[in-house]
Amino acid sequence: MPAKTASNAAGMMPGQVRACYMTLLLFMALSGFGQMPIFKRYYIADLPGLEWLAQFYVTHYIHYVGAAVLLAIGAYYLTRYLVAERSRRRISRYGAIQGVIMLIVVITGGLRVIKNYEGYYLSSGLIVFLDILHLLTVMLFLLVGAWGLLARKRWTTNR
Amino acid sequence: MSKSISRRTFLKSGLLAAGTVAAGETIAEAAAAPARDQHLATLIDITRCIGCGACVEGCRETNAPKFPDPQKPFPPMVPKRVKVSDWSDKQEVDDRLTPYNWLFIQTATVMVDGEETELTIPRRCMHCTNPPCVKLCPWGASRQYQNGISRIDTDMCLGGSKCKAVCPWDIPQRQTGDGLYLKLLPSLAGNGIMNKCDRCYDRVARDELPACIEACPEDVQTIGPRAEIVAQAHARAREIGGYVYGEHENGGTNTLYVSPAPFEAINAAIAKGPGQPHLGPAQDRMADANHLGAALLIAPLAGAATALGRYLKAARRAGQSRSDNSSSDTR
Repeated sequence: MPAKTASNAAGMMPGQVRACYMTLLLFMALSGFGQMPIFKRYYIADLPGLEWLAQFYVTHYIHYVGAAVLLAIGAYYLTRYLVAERSRRRISRYGAIQGVIMLIVVITGGLRVIKNYEGYYLSSGLIVFLDILHLLTVMLFLLVGAWGLLARKRWTTNR
Repeated sequence: MSKSISRRTFLKSGLLAAGTVAAGETIAEAAAAPARDQHLATLIDITRCIGCGACVEGCRETNAPKFPDPQKPFPPMVPKRVKVSDWSDKQEVDDRLTPYNWLFIQTATVMVDGEETELTIPRRCMHCTNPPCVKLCPWGASRQYQNGISRIDTDMCLGGSKCKAVCPWDIPQRQTGDGLYLKLLPSLAGNGIMNKCDRCYDRVARDELPACIEACPEDVQTIGPRAEIVAQAHARAREIGGYVYGEHENGGTNTLYVSPAPFEAINAAIAKGPGQPHLGPAQDRMADANHLGAALLIAPLAGAATALGRYLKAARRAGQSRSDNSSSDTR
């Protein structure tokens, strides 16, 4: 019997929820990268069924809807961890790293949502800073997440 | 050993939730309400325009130092479908918007008071009150000033052209071969710089008139605080039995046209196409996502509340079964 190590322990998300979460991350990544004019340039939006990737207002809207769902999921599991699971689970090192990265993604994303309302005038420097920070932390989250997927890491481990 | 959340804590968090949503919406409204009041808007009275083109000349002369200065040969684009947009050998073109021509005169032959009349209409960036070219640039090359003027910073612009795609009137025009992209990955990313009317933001900052307004011999244009310009536009429209365009299009712009003929007729009569914007309806396409702002605030609260609710339900059930067991004990 293999010893129960941090990488073997199951996380809080049941399999089907985890699959939905991964799909959501995929759509967030696609709609997010789709904010840059790359999918049409690089023929990806030419693929059947992927025309929406080059429609900026569509990807913009999808990104907002996906963000709301992601925030709901994140808040659900964070709350559940805090009120119900702390006696038998702890945040893993992987979870702590991804948590901090995701927090920065959310904060920079939130500031960009506010910026999109009428009456908010950000300097070019600040917009570029938020843009780059959001992009870099998202890419970091996806890279670390890809590694975590392969190494079977979870955000929490059993105590 | 049960970790229970007291009713007080639950109520407090509920109030916090409601307060956050209210605060969020108030912040959004509070910013929008006075925001437009600070904006400078322009009234363009089509009845006064004689199509002399002095505004076009004035714009070109004044803004020439800001025009693109492309370096040839252009870096080869990858992939090959990326179009080169080169107006450097056609800088004199002034019957449409180009990177070197930010204002042009559109003509429309329409019926006015039963007579066939040629209307001439100066066309340029509408300077939307919530400009998608500014808000949706993925890089940050475009910015809006507190007076409502939107401007593409050509030192920052990579020429992605998204601003043009999201503009209801396709206003920004691209010139390949100039700009920051040359210093980054010129073949793979970017494609020049985007240019459009910047409302002579530098002249306005010095309390001078935009060049097109100063050049006009017929006083076609009036610039002033938005509320006044809107009022003037409606007053003039009432005076001539005319129509207003630009007040509500795309959620509101700071360029108001007054015409003696309906804009549907004008829109049908003008030549439309690349660099020749329409005068038709323009929905506020940023509004759809902006209306989701409240959802973004409520979503995490809903998630937290669901988790809390499930926990409380489980705790209550556990508490009930414990008291059932203890009541069945016999001592």
